Amino acid sequence: MSTNQTQIVGQSIQRKEGRDKVTGAMRYVDDLLFPEMWFGATVRSPIARGRIRSIEFTGNLPWHEFTIVTAKDISGQNCTALILDDQPCLADKFVNHAEEPVVLLAHPDKYLLEEARRAVKIDIEPLPALFTMDDALNQTEIIWGDDNVFKTFLVEKGNVDDVWASADFIVEGEYETGAQEQLYIEPNGMIAMANADDGVTVWGSLQCPYYVHKALLKLFGLPPDKVRVIQAATGGGFGGKEEYPSMIAGHAALLAWKAGKPVKLIYDRAEDMAATTKRHPSRTRHRTAVNKDGKLLAMDIEFVIDGGAYATLSSVVLSRGTIHAAGPYACDNVRVRSKAVATNHPPHGAFRGFGAPQSIFALERHLNKVAATVGLRPEELRRRNFLHEGQTTATGQVIREKLDLDGLLTRALELSDYHAKKERFAEHNATNATQKKGIGFATFLHGAGFTGSGERFLESVVGIEATATGNVCILVASTEIGQGTNTILSQIAAEALRLDYEMIELAQPDTANVPNSGPTVASRTCMIVGKLVESAALGLKQTLVQSGLLTDDYSLDEWRQACAIYIAEHGALKSFSKYEAPPNIFWNDETYQGDAYGAYAWAVYVAEVTVNLVTYETRVDDFVALQEVGKVINPVLAAGQIEGGVAQAIGYALYENVVWDNGTMRNNQMTNYIMPTSEDLPPIRVFFEENPYTYGPSGAKGIGELPMDGPAPAILNAIESAIGVRVNCIPLLPETLMKVMNA
Amino acid sequence: MKINVTINGQAHEADVEPRLLLVHLIRDVVGLTGTHVGCETSICGACTVHLNGRAVKSCTVLAVQANGAEVTTIEGLANNGQLHAVQEGFWECHGLQCGYCTPGMIMASCALLKDNPNPSEGEIRHGLEGNLCRCTGYQNIVESVKYAANKLQGA
Ligand code: FES
Ligand code: FES
Repeated sequence: MSTNQTQIVGQSIQRKEGRDKVTGAMRYVDDLLFPEMWFGATVRSPIARGRIRSIEFTGNLPWHEFTIVTAKDISGQNCTALILDDQPCLADKFVNHAEEPVVLLAHPDKYLLEEARRAVKIDIEPLPALFTMDDALNQTEIIWGDDNVFKTFLVEKGNVDDVWASADFIVEGEYETGAQEQLYIEPNGMIAMANADDGVTVWGSLQCPYYVHKALLKLFGLPPDKVRVIQAATGGGFGGKEEYPSMIAGHAALLAWKAGKPVKLIYDRAEDMAATTKRHPSRTRHRTAVNKDGKLLAMDIEFVIDGGAYATLSSVVLSRGTIHAAGPYACDNVRVRSKAVATNHPPHGAFRGFGAPQSIFALERHLNKVAATVGLRPEELRRRNFLHEGQTTATGQVIREKLDLDGLLTRALELSDYHAKKERFAEHNATNATQKKGIGFATFLHGAGFTGSGERFLESVVGIEATATGNVCILVASTEIGQGTNTILSQIAAEALRLDYEMIELAQPDTANVPNSGPTVASRTCMIVGKLVESAALGLKQTLVQSGLLTDDYSLDEWRQACAIYIAEHGALKSFSKYEAPPNIFWNDETYQGDAYGAYAWAVYVAEVTVNLVTYETRVDDFVALQEVGKVINPVLAAGQIEGGVAQAIGYALYENVVWDNGTMRNNQMTNYIMPTSEDLPPIRVFFEENPYTYGPSGAKGIGELPMDGPAPAILNAIESAIGVRVNCIPLLPETLMKVMNA
Repeated sequence: MKINVTINGQAHEADVEPRLLLVHLIRDVVGLTGTHVGCETSICGACTVHLNGRAVKSCTVLAVQANGAEVTTIEGLANNGQLHAVQEGFWECHGLQCGYCTPGMIMASCALLKDNPNPSEGEIRHGLEGNLCRCTGYQNIVESVKYAANKLQGA
C-alpha cells in the first residue's frame, strides 16, 4: 500500500456526524433519559427591579413532594461566574431584571411542575428601573456600580481634534441597532446529577464546557475534579449558548443536589426567548472630517451598548465592537470612545459577531453619507481610504499580510453586476411608483480569535491520541454546534498525518476527558484550535519517527503498524499542543494599541432589494458575499457558514424586532418574533478569495462571525439607493419605514 | 383514553391523557427522540411527522387525534439502513448544520416531493416555508431537495 497522498483539506467532505443527523439518531439533551429522573422549572421575577418581600407557595398543590431551591441553598458563591461574578445564580433580596431566576422547583411529573411554577408568587416591592442607554448614562438612577458603566474603552490614533478646523467637510451621523434573539432551533437545556460523594455532573446544550465547569466550581465550592461537564449534541448556538448555559447548569445541579435525583431542566421557547441573552442594542455617533478628494482625515466615534442588568460578557463585546468601529480603512486620526452601560433588561450577551455587527453597521451606513457629502460614489470613497499592506488600523496594527481590498471590491461589484443594475434600477424607479429597486454594499473586516491578549491568557491545549489500530482521536473542548467543528478538525488532522478522513474521530467534549482548548466562540475554532490540532498531530508523528518506528514517508499500513508497536511498548500514544502566540503579535491592554487580532477576514457584500411603497416591505432579491478568509478547509461547509450568517443578518436588518415593555420581552414566541423563512430569503451567492495565513492550519483564518457584519449596512445602503431616504436604525420594519416616509 | 397508533409500521397501544400532544406520545411514550420540539406553537416545524402520509406538525396534533392512524417519523424513513433519497440528499448536499431542524425538514421535504416530484427552486422554498432553519440560510436545503428529486425521478 502506498502513502495516502490525497489532499483532504480544501475538499467538501461529508459532515462527520451527518448520518446521525439525517436518521434522527443524534441525541440532544432533551433526548437523554436517566433512571428516576425528575424535571426542573425556574420561577422568575415578573418585574424589572425591586426588593423581594416574600415568596409564597399558593394553591392546592402537594408542595411537600417538590424540591424547592432558593438562594439560601447555595453552598458556594451565589454567582454565575464569568468575568466579574456579579450575576447571582438565584436572586437574593433584590431583582435587577425581569425574568431573573428566584426559585427553582423539581418534581417527577412535568405537568404538575408547570402548575406549581405558576403557583409560586414572588412579592416584590418595585424600585425605579432603567430601560434606555441615555437614562443609564444620565444616571437617572444608579443601578450598577457607581455610574452604571460596565466598561469604557478609548482607542486613539493621531489626534482628531487637530483636524476639524482644516477639513473640507465634517459629516455627522447617528446609528442604532436593536436587540436580536439568537433563536437556535433547539432551546436551552441541561441535565444534572449531583451529590456530596460524586460531585456534580451535567450534560447539556452548550458551546463552552469549561465556562460551565468554572461556574459550577464557584457555585458549589468544589475542587475541579468533582465537577464534570459533558456536551450533548447541540442544536445551534450562535453565541446564545456561550454564557447562559452556566446559569442553567447551576440551576439543574442545585435541584439535583437537593432532590438526590437526576434533574432535567429544559426551557420552552417562550422562556428561552424571554430570559436568555440577546444581541446588545447599540448606538453609534460618527463625526468625520474629510477633504474634497474624499480622504478621511479624522474619524471620531462614540459607541454605546446596552449590557442589561449584569456585566456578563459586555466588556468583551464592547471591546470587539470598539476595535471594529473604524473598519478596514486607513485614517491617520481616529478616536473611538465606547461604553457598555447597565440597564434593567435581562443581560445581553454573546451573539455571532460580538459587537462588530453593531459598529460596522454604523460605519458602513455613515460612509455612504460621507460619500454623498463629498460628491463621490460610495465605492470611490472607499477605494480612496482602503487599508493597504504596511498601513495601520485604528489600534496601530500594521497590516503585514497581502491585502487587496480594491480587487475584492471590484470583483464583488462585478459578481453582483452592480453598475449595470444601478443604471437599470434608476430607469425602473423613474417609471414605477410603488416598486423601488436598489443595490448597495458594505466593505468590512472581522478579526479571528480572542481580542488582544485573550489567546495568550487562554493558553488553549489540544490533545490527540492514536489507538493500536492507527485510528486517531482528537481531544478538544471545542464543540460541534452545527458549524462543522468535527469535520474540519478531522480534515486538518487527516491532512497533517496523511491518513484517511474516516480514521479520525473526535472525543465527546467532556471536561473529565478533554483538555481545555478554550471556548467555542470568536471564530477561533478553525484558526486557533485547528492550528493546535495540526501541531498536536505532527507531534504524534514525530514521536513515532523519533522512536524509529516510522520514516517521514509512510503508508497507511506502516502508520498502523507503528502505532500498534508503540502502544504495545509504551501504553499510550498521545500528543498535546499548547497555544503560542505568533511572533510579532503584541497588544497593550492599557492603551488599547497593538495587534488586536492575529488575522482578519476581509469581505465585500452586495445586496439588491425591492422596496414596496404600498406595504413598505423590503425584499432582498439577490445577495453576493465575497470574502477572503485564508485557505478554505471545506468549501461547502465554509459557504454554509456564510449563507447561515447572511440569513441571520438579513433577519437582523429587516425582520427581527424585540418588543420591550418595561424590560420584559413581549413577543417571546416564534409566532411574533419573525426570523426569515426559506421564502423570505434570496439565493445567497458565496465567493471566496484565498490568501493563506501563515499561522493558520493549512493557511486558514476564522470565518464564523464575519457574515453577520456586512448584510445589514449593505441592505440599508441598497434601500437608500432605492428610495433616496436615509434610515439609520435596524431592524427596519415596514411600519418604521412607513413612519419615516410619511414624516 | 386508550388509543392505537401505528408508528413506523409498529402498532402501539397507549392509555393517554386527552391533553397529550402527538409529539409527546412519540418522544416520551414511545421513546422515538428523532422528532424534535423547537417551539410547541406550530411555527418551527422541527416536530414534523407524517400522519396517514401527510406532513403534520406533531406539536399541534393531539395524540388522541392520531388514534387508528399511521404515523411515520424520521426513524421510519430509512429502509433497513438504506437512507431515503431525501436523507441522502441532506447529508450529501450539506442541507444541515446543527441538525435540529433536520428531521422535520426531511419529513416536510418528503411530503413536498410526493405532491410535486419535480419542484422548482421557488416551489421548494414555498413548500418548506413552514420549517425554520437558523443555521443554513436554506441554500443547501434547497439543493438537498433538488438532489432527492433527481434521485427519486431517476429511480
Ligand atoms: S415544535 Fe412543532 S412546530 Fe415547532
Ligand atoms: S441545521 Fe440547525 S436549525 Fe437547521
